[in-house]
Amino acid sequence: MCLALPARIVELLDGDQCRVELGGVRKEISLALIDGAAVGDYVIVHVGYALTKLDPEEAAQTLALFAEAGLDPAASCAQGDRATPR
Amino acid sequence: MKYAMKYIDEFRDQALAAGLARAIAHEADTGRDYAFMEFCGGHTHTLSRYGIADLLPPTLRMIHGPGCPVCVLPIGRVDMAIRLALSRPEVILCTYGDCLRVPASDGLSLLKAKAHGADVRMVYSAADALALARREPGREVVFFAIGFETTTPPTALVLREAARQGLANFSVICNHVLTPAAIAAILEPPGGIAPQAVQIDGFVGPAHVSTVIGSRPYEAFAATHRKPVVIAGFEPLDVMQAILMLLRQVNTGRAVVENEFTRAVTRDGNLKAQTLVAEVFEQRPGFEWRGLGTLPDSALRIRAAFAAWDAEAKFDLGYTPVPDSKACECGAILRGVKSPIDCKLFGTVCTPETPMGSCMVSSEGACAAHYTYGRFRDLPLRASDTPTPANQDTA
Repeated sequence: MCLALPARIVELLDGDQCRVELGGVRKEISLALIDGAAVGDYVIVHVGYALTKLDPEEAAQTLALFAEAGLDPAASCAQGDRATPR
Repeated sequence: MKYAMKYIDEFRDQALAAGLARAIAHEADTGRDYAFMEFCGGHTHTLSRYGIADLLPPTLRMIHGPGCPVCVLPIGRVDMAIRLALSRPEVILCTYGDCLRVPASDGLSLLKAKAHGADVRMVYSAADALALARREPGREVVFFAIGFETTTPPTALVLREAARQGLANFSVICNHVLTPAAIAAILEPPGGIAPQAVQIDGFVGPAHVSTVIGSRPYEAFAATHRKPVVIAGFEPLDVMQAILMLLRQVNTGRAVVENEFTRAVTRDGNLKAQTLVAEVFEQRPGFEWRGLGTLPDSALRIRAAFAAWDAEAKFDLGYTPVPDSKACECGAILRGVKSPIDCKLFGTVCTPETPMGSCMVSSEGACAAHYTYGRFRDLPLRASDTPTPANQDTA
């Protein structure tokens, strides 16, 4: 039910609407729930509405943490607050 | 041709998953057992679909939570929609596809009511229901709205839009429910339901719900109950990283809210959506959840200013609670006390094609997820009972 997918805004349309693309599929959705979205931004789309913009820097940091955990599982034993995302 | 899907593909990477599995096994190697609950049906579905259970050490158990709006919708609310649609031929009852097959009283569902002549239609979006009302001025279009905080803002938008346009033939049956109340109810069940018998060491917190409400609403829960909460995205690597973060919290004696899904969730959430929801909805004093009973302040109703678009007021709809089938274990499964395979009906008379209980209806329900992706895991393996790890040794 809460299924939502990140899609890229390819065109801004009238009335808070925009066109997004995901995996080659284009669809018209509403931007009425968020502010300041621009062409090229990725938004999380749920039942035809963008819920939030995706933060590309945070995404890159999260991917780096996945890699870091896998490279050095022993490090995860270290006490204290290792770099975990906020 | 396979299209690359940014922010999806890289969060499903097999080599990174193998690395995370090793890190989890290492962190969990303390001689004790762990049990974490994933609240959301979206996470339940991810755990099953990607076989994550096979990548976890045997001492770590995931318990499925009640975060599936279709699963927790009680029979009485579906009955309300069916009665309205069958008794008033002018009504077009619109709802999301997930709701259509939820079993209700008298062997009916909304889909079966349609076969009996009710005008029931599936919509992709609340906006589709509003557009239908504009196209059909001679009919009464009623949107049966369900969902957690993720799905509530779109309903608020169409209610505000209907009021702005003075659209008199549109109304909503509001079944929107609130996540924090349900998480609290897992550990503090209301009267009449036995306290949680299962140990839960921490919670994987909601992904898309949290994009709207932020991470702050879980802070009081984590502090009061001394349980860690890690908000996670719905992709498989997100869930594995959240499990690792929960293990680290438990092993270091911490119980705070952490956010793995920082690419989409902030502490404050989507303030624009929250303001809109508060303008249109207010808390209900009590709402019945399937499996959890009647929980205080756990659901929303439409404010009096929008009463003309509130189908419960407009059509004077009353709520009659209906007990679940005695043989169906959905209630205990939704509380995390039982697993799908503990239910006698699972996979025999109750399947995704002919669901008896709500957990078998939605693909996010614990039973449907286990039936679709995991039911053969229950059979003994012949060659070896050690799961074969993904075949990358280097990440």
